[in-house]
Amino acid sequence: MPDLGRYATEVLMAYAGTIVLLGMLIAASVWKARKVLRQLREAENRRDSST
Amino acid sequence: MSIWEYANPRKFMATSGALLPWVSTLAAILVAGGLIWGFFFTPDDFRQGSTVKIIYIHVPAAIMGSSVWFMMLVTSLIWLIRRHHVSALAAKAAAPIGMVFTLIGLITGAIWGQPMWGTWWEWDPRLTAFLILFLFYLGYMALWEAVENPDAAADLTSVLCLVGTVFAVISRYALLFWNQGLHQGASLSMDAEENVADVFAYPLWTCIIGFLLLFVALVLYRTRTEIRARRLRALVQRERMA
Repeated sequence: MPDLGRYATEVLMAYAGTIVLLGMLIAASVWKARKVLRQLREAENRRDSST
Repeated sequence: MSIWEYANPRKFMATSGALLPWVSTLAAILVAGGLIWGFFFTPDDFRQGSTVKIIYIHVPAAIMGSSVWFMMLVTSLIWLIRRHHVSALAAKAAAPIGMVFTLIGLITGAIWGQPMWGTWWEWDPRLTAFLILFLFYLGYMALWEAVENPDAAADLTSVLCLVGTVFAVISRYALLFWNQGLHQGASLSMDAEENVADVFAYPLWTCIIGFLLLFVALVLYRTRTEIRARRLRALVQRERMA
């Protein structure tokens, strides 16, 4: 860990906030993608079984 | 081969599916590498102290905040002129990414500004335009959700995107328009005297390219989701009509 001196709180806050926000964006994107893919497969299965 | 081939959802899905693993891996390496390099292996600035390390996230995030809006402008214009659904869906997919980059730019700027300028916020032209751009992102996303008909939503959000472009331009070039405000000029310049020292510039460029590739990976991934969601809506509508 580098010595951040008197600005340690500010620097760590900036990095932590960025990592949290990017993590939330990636997690939300993956969650939505999986949900839509699951629903699409279910709909395609229903269509295939009805024909 | 023409770029318009990618307006075909099948072609887009095939190409983006092949590209995604490579772009995502490269983005992860460059973002993690750039941030680790900047945080652990660069010296403090003689005036800013360790707060200089914030530039490795603030500058790339701010650049991407306005650049994503310009990408949305291009794809919105393609939708308005040529009515390619993939371009409208790409703009929709890009908005939350741009919003998060803009928010990171605002938050890290405020965190840096407090010890350096003595204030968290200043109604400086560049900062104000950037805040308005953030509000435009929120409005753009809300409008997509509020309008039920996807084509009408794409039309309305495209027009909103055209209007918001004014603030994307101001947020990036305010210093050229008004020689006032607290925000300093560009950190990176072709002019060696204006440019930051190489020891800061190299990790900064790594982070900028990493953030750009992260955006490309996420927008491809999210556009694929939007294309699937559109197909899902069509299937559900067909079921209801049957």
